[in-house]
Amino acid sequence: MSKTPAELKYTKSHEWLRREADGSVTVGITDHAQDLLGDMVFVELPEPGRALKAGQECAVVESVKAASDVYSPVAGEVIAVNETLSDSPELVNKAPYGEGWMMRIKPAHAADVDALFDADAYQAQIDSEAH
Amino acid sequence: MGKRTPLFETHAAGAKMVDFGGWDMPLHYGSQLEEHHQVRRDAGMFDVSHMTIVDLRGERVQDFLRYLVANNIDKLKLPGGALYTCMLNERGGVIDDLIVYFVEPRWYRLVVNAATRDKDLAWINQQAEPFGVEVRERDDLAMIAVQGPRAREKTHAALGEIVRAATALQKPFTFIVAGELFIARTGYTGEDGFEIILPAKQAASVWQKLAAAGVAPAGLGARDTLRLEAGMNLYGADMDEATTPLESWLAWTVAFEPASRDFIGRAALEAQPQQGLTAQFVGLVLLDKGVLRNHQVILHDGDEVGEITSGGFSPTLGRAIALARLCGEAQGPFQVDVRGKMLNVKVVKPPFVRNGKACVDVTA
Repeated sequence: MSKTPAELKYTKSHEWLRREADGSVTVGITDHAQDLLGDMVFVELPEPGRALKAGQECAVVESVKAASDVYSPVAGEVIAVNETLSDSPELVNKAPYGEGWMMRIKPAHAADVDALFDADAYQAQIDSEAH
Repeated sequence: MGKRTPLFETHAAGAKMVDFGGWDMPLHYGSQLEEHHQVRRDAGMFDVSHMTIVDLRGERVQDFLRYLVANNIDKLKLPGGALYTCMLNERGGVIDDLIVYFVEPRWYRLVVNAATRDKDLAWINQQAEPFGVEVRERDDLAMIAVQGPRAREKTHAALGEIVRAATALQKPFTFIVAGELFIARTGYTGEDGFEIILPAKQAASVWQKLAAAGVAPAGLGARDTLRLEAGMNLYGADMDEATTPLESWLAWTVAFEPASRDFIGRAALEAQPQQGLTAQFVGLVLLDKGVLRNHQVILHDGDEVGEITSGGFSPTLGRAIALARLCGEAQGPFQVDVRGKMLNVKVVKPPFVRNGKACVDVTA
C-alpha cells in the first residue's frame, strides 16, 4: 500500500508538490512511482535557473529496471535542486516525500498549483490503474 | 494469469511479481540491490522452476547429443559431469543455450530456457527421432538455485546429511544425486553455489528450510544484474538465431575437435571467419554518470559501430556496465548514445565481477 500524504498536491504523471512559505513548491516523485520503478541508481536533475513549461521533461530517474522522465508539474523557474541525490539516489526510494525531494520551482502562476490533484484524487487514479 | 511454479504461493506473500516469458515470477522481495549484495556477500536463493528440464534416454543418446549440440559431450568422462553448450540451427544461429548433465550412459538431462521451451522441445524431438531417443519434459520437477560464498554451508545446514556429498563437490559443473534431490554445482551469478532439481511437491518445504538457514530469497532482477556482472550471456539479448556463438563470445563452447564430429551448424561455423571480421563481442564500463541499457547505440567519431546487447547498473562496481557487439574492425574510443547524450565508455574483458570481487579496472 503506497503512502499519499494529505497535505501535498499531485500530478497524473506521479509527481508530488509541497507549497513552501516563500511561495515556491518542492517537487519529487510519489511513493507509488518509486515502488513501480524499483531501486534507484541514478538521478539527473535540471540546472537551477532553468525555465520550465508545465508538463515539460525536467529530470530523469534511472532505476535498476528502467529510465523514466520526471515532468514539471507547473510552469516556473528551477530555484534549487537536491544535490545529495547525485551520490544517494536511494533516498528517492527510502524517503520519496522527504530527503528524496528533487527540485524547488518558483511557479509562474500560483493558481496553477491549486488546479492539480489533491491526495484523494491521486489515490483514486492509482487505484484505478491497479484494476 | 501466467504459468505458476510450485513456489508461487510462497513468493506471492512477499514478492513483487512480474510476467517473465509467460510465467508469474518474483522480480524482487523488497530491494533488488540488497538481494544482489546478499548473493555476492553471503547466500541467496532463486526459484528457477520456470526453466525447462528435459530427460533424454536411449541406447544412442550419446550419438544424438554429439550431433545436437555444439560443445562435445565426450568432455564428460564420467556420470556426474555437466557441460554448458549452445544448440545451433543449420546456419550456425543459436536456438538456445543449455546445460547437459551426464546422469548415466543412456540417460542425460538438459536444462533449457523457459522462454524458448516450445521451439526447443519441437527441435529436440525432431532431431531425436532418427536416433530413437526418448524425450521427456520433466514438469513434475522444480528447481532452486542457491548462490553465494556461504551457499554450501547454508545448504548443508538446511538440508543435512543427505547433501553432504554435494557440499564436497570440488569442481564446478559437477553434480550428485541425493535421494530425490539432484544437486549441481552450477549457477548464473559468478559465485559458488548449487542448482537443486527436486520434486515439485518438496519445493516449498526445501525453500523454507533454506530460508530458515539464512538463505535469503532473491528475484529475477538480482539474477539479471548478477549474471551481467559475471559476464554470462542471456539468450534472446546477447545471442539468438541470427547470431552464431563465434559472434557472441561463446566460441569457447564450440568444440571443433574431433574434426570427424558432425554437429548441427558445424558447416556454417566453419565457413564463417573465425576472428574479428564480422563482429567482436566486448564488455563496456560507463565512465560518465548514467545507465547503459539494451539496444543503445555505440559510436566512434559519430559513426555507429555497434549496439549494447545487455546493459545495466552493476551494484558491485557502482556504475553501469554492458555486453556489446561491435563491428569487426571498430576501434575506440567509444561513446554510447544514452537518451541523446554521448557518454564515454571503456572496453573491458568480462567478467566484471567473480566471487565477490571486481575483475575490471573502472577508471578511465
